[in-house]
Amino acid sequence: MSLDEILSLLGSTLRLSSPLIFAAMGGLLSERSGVIHIALEGMMIVGAFAAAVATLSFQSPLAGCVAAMIAGILFSVIYAAVVIPFRANQVVAGTAMNFLAMGIVPFISKLLYGNTGATPSIPLEDRLHWAGPVVAALLLVAGLAWMLARTPVGLWIRFAGEHPHALESAGVHVVKVRWASVLAGGALAALGGAVLSLSLASAYTRNMTAARGFMALAALIFGKWRAPQALAACLLFGFAEAVQNRLQGVSLPWNPEATIPVQFIQMVPYLVTLIVLAGFVGRARAPKALGSTF
Amino acid sequence: MRAFRPFLALLLGLSLGLGVTAFAGENPLHVLTVLVKGAFGSRYDFGMTLFYMTPLLFTGLSVTVAFRAGLFNIGAEGQLTMGALAAAWVGITWPDAPVGISWLAAWFGAAIAGGLWAGVAGWLKARRGSHEVISTIMLNFIAASLASYVTLYVLKNPESQNPETMAIGTSYQLPGMPGLPDTPVSLALVLALMAAVMLAWVFEKTRWGFELKVVGQNENAAQSAGISVATTQILAMIVSGMLAGGVALGEVLGSAHRFKLGFSPDYGFVGIAVALLARGNPLAVIPSALLFGALHKGTADLDIETENVTRDLALVIQALIIATVSAEGLWDIVDRRRQKKEAARVAG
Repeated sequence: MSLDEILSLLGSTLRLSSPLIFAAMGGLLSERSGVIHIALEGMMIVGAFAAAVATLSFQSPLAGCVAAMIAGILFSVIYAAVVIPFRANQVVAGTAMNFLAMGIVPFISKLLYGNTGATPSIPLEDRLHWAGPVVAALLLVAGLAWMLARTPVGLWIRFAGEHPHALESAGVHVVKVRWASVLAGGALAALGGAVLSLSLASAYTRNMTAARGFMALAALIFGKWRAPQALAACLLFGFAEAVQNRLQGVSLPWNPEATIPVQFIQMVPYLVTLIVLAGFVGRARAPKALGSTF
Repeated sequence: MRAFRPFLALLLGLSLGLGVTAFAGENPLHVLTVLVKGAFGSRYDFGMTLFYMTPLLFTGLSVTVAFRAGLFNIGAEGQLTMGALAAAWVGITWPDAPVGISWLAAWFGAAIAGGLWAGVAGWLKARRGSHEVISTIMLNFIAASLASYVTLYVLKNPESQNPETMAIGTSYQLPGMPGLPDTPVSLALVLALMAAVMLAWVFEKTRWGFELKVVGQNENAAQSAGISVATTQILAMIVSGMLAGGVALGEVLGSAHRFKLGFSPDYGFVGIAVALLARGNPLAVIPSALLFGALHKGTADLDIETENVTRDLALVIQALIIATVSAEGLWDIVDRRRQKKEAARVAG
């Protein structure tokens, strides 16, 4: 393998990791405050779609990113309302949100473009350059890690997830902290979706998230709910995806005539996620009050 | 009030979902008419509804078993794929099995494949602490890839351009239902109904059914009572996957007589809605599966019968029903208002 190849593999690893990093950080905010976030996938779908629509309408990827965050927040309002005041089982409600995203996006897409499967293609000059999301994602990890560890707001979020009653006795509204964390988390996850449609692809297409929201969640658990470790897991999954792309059309070592069947190559990221989740996590300690109602 | 909760959730979810169609410039009442006509309008429509109900019974029961043990199996989709593939494999490799034995053999194959696929997630959960929601989703994708490989390269039907396997032996075909000759609904529906009754019996009358419940409600209590939480969880997942594998009966043995890639319009995911609306009761899965079967059939007609609304509306309605039925706080409010009324009546 030449230096060029190694560098290009590293580049695609970073590029392919960035949507996962945004989603994982969104999940981190929500889960550290005590709210399980199975709906990251749905947030990414909504974000990817909103970003494509806004970029097409305003010819600006920045407008796309803003639209994705707004859509993520709006969608999170529904989720937060169902799980915080209405105390639904968070895993179940999160699954419902994923269904809702899968159903409502084709509905709106049909109204706007007469097509349930995809938005029109975004012109090249309106797409995001890949370096932008990568740098933003890395800065976000550093910023969130600092915020959680060093600032009063970070302390509130951590206490809302660990000892909500202690936080409440200190005069801070646990419910407000959780609402804010879920909404901000939804905005970040949706931004991860925007990276998919604006930078990694050239439009929103159906099923483009391909379980990345769940991989982000796996990265979060693997990272024991800490930003730098979750970043490491996202990079690993991004690497698996980069290797997957690289393996397409490669011939089998024992039979140069035949290429590796594409079906087995497609499995790679999912297998890696499964193995990482099983092999390294063990019994990770989740925030104590994760999933509890308050 | 508890008993009415699914009905109210259904009403609320359906009205919200239909309300959304107003934004698309449709008359929600017209949409509702299309749904009802599409599902029950004719003998053929009703037969199709029953055909869709069959796999939903199996996946609904599958999710119900896991849920009773406190596990959220969102991997029925992958398990039914593996089950259907295994059933087709049995029917192709042993085409001249005697009638009856053939059904048993195919069902065995489906149950083993589905059970193993779910068992992996159960084992990972119990022994390695992997969250079953994530591992079952990953297994869904892996199953889809595996099925695609086997269908296209191992069992490919040489006479067709479609991604499907060769046909299973004729002795495997399940008879259709009397009175509904032109629809693909088969004896599998009766088998699925029997599975629901059997599961209800297991839940109520057997030791294992009780253990499942204890593990699902309180792992610590189960441990102190001498119940192995890990074994119970793994077994619950295996049984859950075996039930999901039952989808093969209606789809492979009952109608297509082969494995078709992508045959399932997300039966595994709709099964989640079926199970949640039934609230853990296997007998309640029966009307719930009928309802979602009807919804699936009805929404399929929306593509043709309306201008702007497509079958994706089914997903929206399912999501809204799940969210409303599981929103505890919503029902507290309903209960409280009722109690207030009651109190006022007593006082007055």
